[in-house]
Amino acid sequence: MKLKTLIAAMAIGLTGAAYAQQNTGPVKIGFITDMSGLYGDIDGPAGGEMVRWAAQDFGGKVLGRPIEVLTADHQNKADVASSKAREWIDKDGLSMLIGGTQSATAIAMSKVMAEKKRPFIAIGGGSARLTNEDCSAYTVHYAYDTVALANVAGSALVKAGNKSWFFVTTDYAFGHSLEADASRVVKANGGSVVGAVRAPLNASDFSSFLLQAQASKAQILAFANAGGDTINAMKAAKEFGVTKTMKVVGLLVFINDVHSLGLANTEGLQLADSWYWNQDDASRKFSNRFFAKYKRMPSSIQAADYSATTTYLKAVEAAGTVDGDKVMSTMKSMKIDDFYNKGQIRADGRMIHDMYLYEVKSVKESTTPWDYYKTIAKIPGDQAFTSVADSKCALLKK
Amino acid sequence: MDIFGIPLQAFLGQLLLGLVNGAFYALLSLGLAVIFGLLGIVNFAHGALYMLGAFAAWIMLDKFGINYWYALVLAPLTVGVLGVVIERVFLKHLYKLDPLYGLLLTFGLSLIAEGLFREMYGVSGQNYSVPELLSGATNLGFMVLPNYRAWVVLVSLVVCLGTWYMIERTRLGAYLRAGTENAQLVQAFGINVPMMVMLTYGAGAALAALAGVLAAPIIQVNPLMGSNLIIVVFAVVVIGGMGSILGSVITGLGLGLIEGLTRVFYPEASNIVVFVVMVIVLMIRPAGLFGKEA
Repeated sequence: MKLKTLIAAMAIGLTGAAYAQQNTGPVKIGFITDMSGLYGDIDGPAGGEMVRWAAQDFGGKVLGRPIEVLTADHQNKADVASSKAREWIDKDGLSMLIGGTQSATAIAMSKVMAEKKRPFIAIGGGSARLTNEDCSAYTVHYAYDTVALANVAGSALVKAGNKSWFFVTTDYAFGHSLEADASRVVKANGGSVVGAVRAPLNASDFSSFLLQAQASKAQILAFANAGGDTINAMKAAKEFGVTKTMKVVGLLVFINDVHSLGLANTEGLQLADSWYWNQDDASRKFSNRFFAKYKRMPSSIQAADYSATTTYLKAVEAAGTVDGDKVMSTMKSMKIDDFYNKGQIRADGRMIHDMYLYEVKSVKESTTPWDYYKTIAKIPGDQAFTSVADSKCALLKK
Repeated sequence: MDIFGIPLQAFLGQLLLGLVNGAFYALLSLGLAVIFGLLGIVNFAHGALYMLGAFAAWIMLDKFGINYWYALVLAPLTVGVLGVVIERVFLKHLYKLDPLYGLLLTFGLSLIAEGLFREMYGVSGQNYSVPELLSGATNLGFMVLPNYRAWVVLVSLVVCLGTWYMIERTRLGAYLRAGTENAQLVQAFGINVPMMVMLTYGAGAALAALAGVLAAPIIQVNPLMGSNLIIVVFAVVVIGGMGSILGSVITGLGLGLIEGLTRVFYPEASNIVVFVVMVIVLMIRPAGLFGKEA
């Protein structure tokens, strides 16, 4: 009796293992992001839908197997993100994971995926650590990162004669690294940082910090913060007339933030981003489809969600397998060229593509709904992202 | 002339900004204190009611073209009526129970309200412009003060003092205070106590909504705006002494000032300084600065 039970248990265990490894079931793609918190609009449920769209537009199948998209909310908690990733791999046989907004969760997920040897594409999280100190052979950083934001906004503005900078920085890891990266760029280009103030996360009132910025007599006021903090800081800057005496730069501003604030509060603001919905015909086509469903234009992150999924599926098709190592090497050898961007994934996982410096249009200049940005400068990928010489990632040095 | 290395002018500017924030704390903690004092309910829905006030103003402008000045009256009235409904439907069943039940219920209500608005409007928030009449700024010599911020301080002070006067100095206020001491006895004198309690909660909700309308042009109208503020406001009430009306107003303004100064001298601590003060006050005076020792 005992033996029978043991055999039965083993048989069940074996079929389970066989099921996880079989090559006939659906190819599962996971997407974990902030679905309901402060970053819910720039990525969130619509970002998950972009992954689904990409899968459908690919034909809904790859290698003859149906594509299935799983989505989850990490609530901005790193442990929730990594345990969900682990669960999907162990129970569902996940092939690839896309990481949404918030860097801490992205880093946590990248560790799990590296351990399990399956591709991880980070999109919404901005920390450049993902392909530098914390780089892994299975991580791709697809859209923007903090170094690129700093390089794009910093070098262009300093070269235009804006030499003295003051930072209002959100007081946690992301803000600190953004401020450090930007300060480095400012100094490297001959500018100076005259001061910085660390504002707590979710500080709804920024007036006090702005007054300190104004007293510094710097030419540039740079916000090294994100989301609601940027919005409230911007609003107060306008109210206190800081925008009249200083040029304001948002180091991480999304089009949703600009829409939410309105052009009257943001005109003249300069910002760095990887994509704008109105940049060419292909982008407009994608964006109008998005608009028809969501009544707003997609952020660069949502566009990248779609693009990254397509890139992955193409790599699987080319490699003829979902095997992590083979797909990663195929992805790194591919030229990426679609509505989102043109580029290639470097050995450290950093997708090297052009970045843009935009300026928010004035109310008069904006002629149609969501007509918000004009392009000030296009920065080639090799100048925007961490250079091979500056990187600490071992994958590059070899 | 410098004060601790900060030029006097900048120092005065920061004090004034602290006062503006203090005005919000005062207005919100006033409503909490009134509700706790008269109903014994720890109203965790206060942040949500504040958010609803701001959203009501925004919806009125966006959907119906009702301007700021009307919204200043209509939004608190709308939320006040909602407060009355909440009291009638939920809270009145809880007065005989442990205060914990009221706390849990109101906390649940605020989560529901936040969730609904997040679902409907997303989290980026809506922009509400400063009304034409109050836009612009005045140069005070030591700083440029946006006219709207001055208006917020003025309205807040008038409303706080008015509420205090009504409760402490009028006949209606006397009924209210007596009703909380001994409801049965007051009822025996022919006064409709349940009606009074219901209106009190409505008034408290309206005060929170008024703060919301006042805040709408300054910060983004966002479903999460209430939960960002409510914990600080609770600390203010605890420091002032639960249920003490004048105490909550004075403490609100005072903590606004302390927080403002922290933003200058050690900005990293500006979001916790209120709680540090709370710990110190509770160690020295467990009932709060203006509370009566039980």
